[in-house]
Amino acid sequence: MSGEAADEAGFGEGATVHRYEVGQVVAEGRYPLTRDSLVRYAGASGDFNAIHYRDDVAASVGLPGVLAHGMLTMGLAVQPVLQWLGDPSRLTEYGVRFTRPVVVDPETGAEITVVAKIGQLDEAAGTARIDLTVSAAEQTVLGKAQLRVRLP
Amino acid sequence: MNPELTERVFAKTSPYLVGREKVREFARAVFATDPVSFNVEAARSAGHADLVAPPTFAVVVQQLTLDQLFADGDAGFVVEDVVHGEQRFISTRPIVAGDELTARLRVTSIKSLGGNAMLTAETEIQDAAGEPVVTAVATLVVRADA
Repeated sequence: MSGEAADEAGFGEGATVHRYEVGQVVAEGRYPLTRDSLVRYAGASGDFNAIHYRDDVAASVGLPGVLAHGMLTMGLAVQPVLQWLGDPSRLTEYGVRFTRPVVVDPETGAEITVVAKIGQLDEAAGTARIDLTVSAAEQTVLGKAQLRVRLP
Repeated sequence: MNPELTERVFAKTSPYLVGREKVREFARAVFATDPVSFNVEAARSAGHADLVAPPTFAVVVQQLTLDQLFADGDAGFVVEDVVHGEQRFISTRPIVAGDELTARLRVTSIKSLGGNAMLTAETEIQDAAGEPVVTAVATLVVRADA
């Protein structure tokens, strides 16, 4: 009976279980942003800097257009990993560099894509570093976007 | 920029009470889908005291401390000179609705970088019992002419 149980679990006696490996994609997401998304984030966060909703103000400081809040990009980029983790307590650290602004067109908006991979693994401790690739218009917009997690 | 800002510690902020509707509003704004941020029963059955705020919600409390820095007449720069360069959150536990949070900012370093200055500020956020909840670290790029 115990042999059957081991077979069902997919590993034999004495085998080491490697559920994850470095480089493995653990989560992905795709987020269409519109000007409405920026107004909603402004209200929710209290960041009412006008470069995030007024074209004339953005242009007056030399920007190519209205930009998404960096903290909005950071906030949504972690969502696919949270879904994978299943418990927000498993996230212990999250950091990013804001390397490229996301211009949000008044008509077509912008799309942010997120790919989360295992960057470093300590299966004995049950922890990992997750590296995010966060892009808009096929260019990465966050640098060194990394999380520390307790593995599910 | 005033180089004597390094190691300056600001006054603890007055308590910020995390409301359920604020958690829901913020969660919607960052495209969160986890029921623990929307449904109290789901949050409680997952072992949380109340609705769980998304990890970057801490920025709302951090901002109160950055406003203190920007309002400091002695800092040698104003908010218009500042660009957010990096952000990090080190979490002891998730923020939940009902938390009464206070925060204290400390300037940990000032470096010059290609004519600009990089200021790193750590905001320690605590709950009403004085227990640590999350540390928010912002690196700000301050224009050289400031």
